[in-house]
Amino acid sequence: MKDNPNDRAIDSNKSRTVEAWEAVNPAVDINAFLDQDEKKDLLRLLTAGSVDDGKSTLIGRLLFDSKKLYEDQLASLEADSKREGHAGEEIDYALLLDGLKAEREQGITIDVAYRYFSTNKRKFIIADTPGHEQYTRNMITGGSTADLAILLIDASQGVLTQTRRHTFLVNLLGIRHVVVAVNKMDLVDYRQDIFDAICRDYREFVTRLDIPDLHFIPLSALKGDNVVEPTVQMPWYRGPSILELLESIHIVSDRNFIDLRYPVQYVLRPSRTFRGFSGQIASGIIRKGDRIMALPSRRQSTVSSIVTYDGELEYAFPPQSVTITLEDEIDVSRGDMLVHPHNVPRVEKHFEATLVWMDEQPLTPDTQFYIKQTANTTRARIDEIRYQIDVNTLHKSSDARPLELNEIARVVITASKPIYFDPYTKNRQTGSFILIDPVSHNTSAVGMIIDRMDSNDLPSRITENDRRHIASGRSLVHRKKREERYNQRGVTLWITGLHGSGKKELVYALERRLFNLGAKTVVLDGSVIRSGLSRELDFSPADRAEHLRRVAYICRILNEQGIITLCSFVSPCEDIRLQLSEIVGEEQFSLLYMDADIDYCRSHTTDDLYDRADAGTVDQIPGLDAPYDVPRKPDLTLFPAELEESVESVVSFLQERNIFPLK
Amino acid sequence: MQESYNLSHLKQLEAEAIHIIREVAAEFENPVMLYSIGKDSSVMVRLAEKAFAPGKVPFPLMHIDSQWKFKEMIKFRDDYAKEMGWNLIVHYNKEGKKNGVGPFTHGSKVHTDIMKTQALLQGLTLHKFDAAFGGARRDEEKSRAKERIFSFRDRSHQWDPKNQRPELWSIYNARVHKGESIRVFPISNWTELDIWQYIRLEHIPIVPLYYAKERPIVEIDGNLIMVDDERMPEELRKQAKMRMVRFRTLGCYPLTGAVESDADTIEKIVEEMMTVQQSERTTRVIDFDQSASMEQKKREGYF
Repeated sequence: MKDNPNDRAIDSNKSRTVEAWEAVNPAVDINAFLDQDEKKDLLRLLTAGSVDDGKSTLIGRLLFDSKKLYEDQLASLEADSKREGHAGEEIDYALLLDGLKAEREQGITIDVAYRYFSTNKRKFIIADTPGHEQYTRNMITGGSTADLAILLIDASQGVLTQTRRHTFLVNLLGIRHVVVAVNKMDLVDYRQDIFDAICRDYREFVTRLDIPDLHFIPLSALKGDNVVEPTVQMPWYRGPSILELLESIHIVSDRNFIDLRYPVQYVLRPSRTFRGFSGQIASGIIRKGDRIMALPSRRQSTVSSIVTYDGELEYAFPPQSVTITLEDEIDVSRGDMLVHPHNVPRVEKHFEATLVWMDEQPLTPDTQFYIKQTANTTRARIDEIRYQIDVNTLHKSSDARPLELNEIARVVITASKPIYFDPYTKNRQTGSFILIDPVSHNTSAVGMIIDRMDSNDLPSRITENDRRHIASGRSLVHRKKREERYNQRGVTLWITGLHGSGKKELVYALERRLFNLGAKTVVLDGSVIRSGLSRELDFSPADRAEHLRRVAYICRILNEQGIITLCSFVSPCEDIRLQLSEIVGEEQFSLLYMDADIDYCRSHTTDDLYDRADAGTVDQIPGLDAPYDVPRKPDLTLFPAELEESVESVVSFLQERNIFPLK
Repeated sequence: MQESYNLSHLKQLEAEAIHIIREVAAEFENPVMLYSIGKDSSVMVRLAEKAFAPGKVPFPLMHIDSQWKFKEMIKFRDDYAKEMGWNLIVHYNKEGKKNGVGPFTHGSKVHTDIMKTQALLQGLTLHKFDAAFGGARRDEEKSRAKERIFSFRDRSHQWDPKNQRPELWSIYNARVHKGESIRVFPISNWTELDIWQYIRLEHIPIVPLYYAKERPIVEIDGNLIMVDDERMPEELRKQAKMRMVRFRTLGCYPLTGAVESDADTIEKIVEEMMTVQQSERTTRVIDFDQSASMEQKKREGYF
């Protein structure tokens, strides 16, 4: 942030324009002057403030005095010193404008009036919006194409709610350059302390917003101080006049020359041999010979030529309107986008945006709007209003009121087909859209896309496509997304071992350890399952297999939802364990073997199963009177006597295999 | 060579206009470009040619002939259209012509309504055009300053200034119901100076009336009116004096005031434009008829 970029002494004796002119070329002829004038660039600006702030006077003076600059230049060109005649005139500059006030009195709605003036450095387009009624809609309309905003503050009033509101909207529109014009300095005796206090107040408020280039100028539009010529009234101010600033602010670098986005607007087919794709470059640079990719087809080709009426170009950049021909016959139509294959925008139909409601009719939920973004038109619906923003207080509220005229909200939108976008903050052209009412055809709302959240994580209502998904039993939340959220992969750790080998102790100790580390786990323990889900099954080989099959399916469901299952089952047969692995999915299944022999188990078991077997009341006990197949290739072998170490070796196992936490 | 990513203001305005013209060609079924023979139209037609090069302009041009245009305008129109191979429709109000409607006999208000506004609406309805380009600019007149680039008209071609669609970025809402239409102003953001600079830069042919020359001039209510044919009442014609004048705007000759000027080259015109403080509309007689007259005429369907 800076306010006085051009520190320099003020020489009030000589018109600065003549001075500048003479410096460039004292002997240049009229043709050269005109040639140079045709090459000047364009600055679009927004003026915000109320009539009372002296806005009309300021604009009137800029419009009127810019003509005088030309007169001066042309006069000096003709080596003719008739440069008098302007001084001493008392002109009501506000009257030079076609009075917004008069029109308002006549009941004519004014939202934005465009004003134009030029100097020989720049052409200026002013979008002039009244500060009071319907300010949001007006400012948004006027400011959407502005490079710069002039915010007027009345020096005798200071920073008002209105100033904050205007600043918020300017920031919302992504305007990078803000000039705070502290007007009516003559009314406060040109006092520096008053100016400084206003700057301080404003700065304090603006630090919460993102305005990369901020300037402060003390001026008096009425007296002409610091409007065109620097003033002698405020020797303490060493910066430029407002016109000098407008002429010199660097705006070309605001454009995005990096990400090629070429929305195809029109397919030009004047003959059998020529097939060109016309459009205006939204961002980035396209060169002859560039490898490009068409969206949505993702087919690639090479730029064969860049055609214009005035001949072919080697390269083109924003905001040029050109026609591109390609070397291959790939299918491209209006609404498609050409990009560089290594730099692709987001291609989604579900996205978040800041929406400004522009329609007298409030938002009706379930309306299927038309959404128009670049040259693309499709249907869209507002899924959710996440919160509304009060432009005066900047407070967010999430009451479920329908959106009304001039209200701003953060919303989630679903389009019926994917659109190609970048966040508005990165790309004004591809990050903006309008919503058109399907019945009235009004432009009901305008939006600026935000991409802070992944499309899959956005809240949504159920779409037709979703219904098909659900009908076939697929979750709408992708497994990968869950795993990213949980920071783990959904897998099954299957612990096998004899009864009494300490599986249960391990599994619960492990569960607690992983819980503390933040993992999401579910324990499936043989005794729990047997007392419920598998209660009708006994210990015969067939029932044992059925019992384990049920558990494997539960594991699979949980794993798909990103959960780690910790299973503790004797599961004595190698071939059944192989089947389990197949059900769960080999990739998700790890076999952990609790290595303890029957004697250890007998002495460490906490129940009387082995005693009852000895007494002959139960049979088919693995390792005793039924086989227990020691795993041939367990993923991990654990020992019951080393509970702490076992837990830690499982934790490192999860880490090594990139199961939890994810790398 | 060092690559430059700077685009001059004229090239930026050109790129914007081409974008607008293509957008209309893509979104509407049956657009037309209104061609008035004036400097703004000439620039607009050149922009259309640029938009579709190397192809031809994919829609027709239409001239609404009030029957009272300067003779030099009609000659220029016919020669230039032929040379360029334009698809040019000329429409006039046959009923009005039969009844001999003209500014001297019926007054400017009636004449403008019947021979311009009504003739335009007839032409648009006859050919079922759903979009019509006009060469109006926002700096011309105060009711234009707030006009949209895509300006919606209802089924009776009327404009409701209170009910304009918000227009943001370069996204244009082209949705209309059957019978409704859009007037499109691709050179909205151009000033009179820009137009002249562009004509100079692009060598666009214009009607010679724009250049200063000795012409037979009668002063009527403070307007410098040129004697173009016998239809001007004789008592007025008698007062004609040769004066060095040029025209800033062109229309029906009895309703178009000349300005005193010695700008007989494009360079001198540009120079004049850089310093002139008066609006070019002050040379249009019809605008002074009634208060807020342009706004009123626009509501009724005038461009």
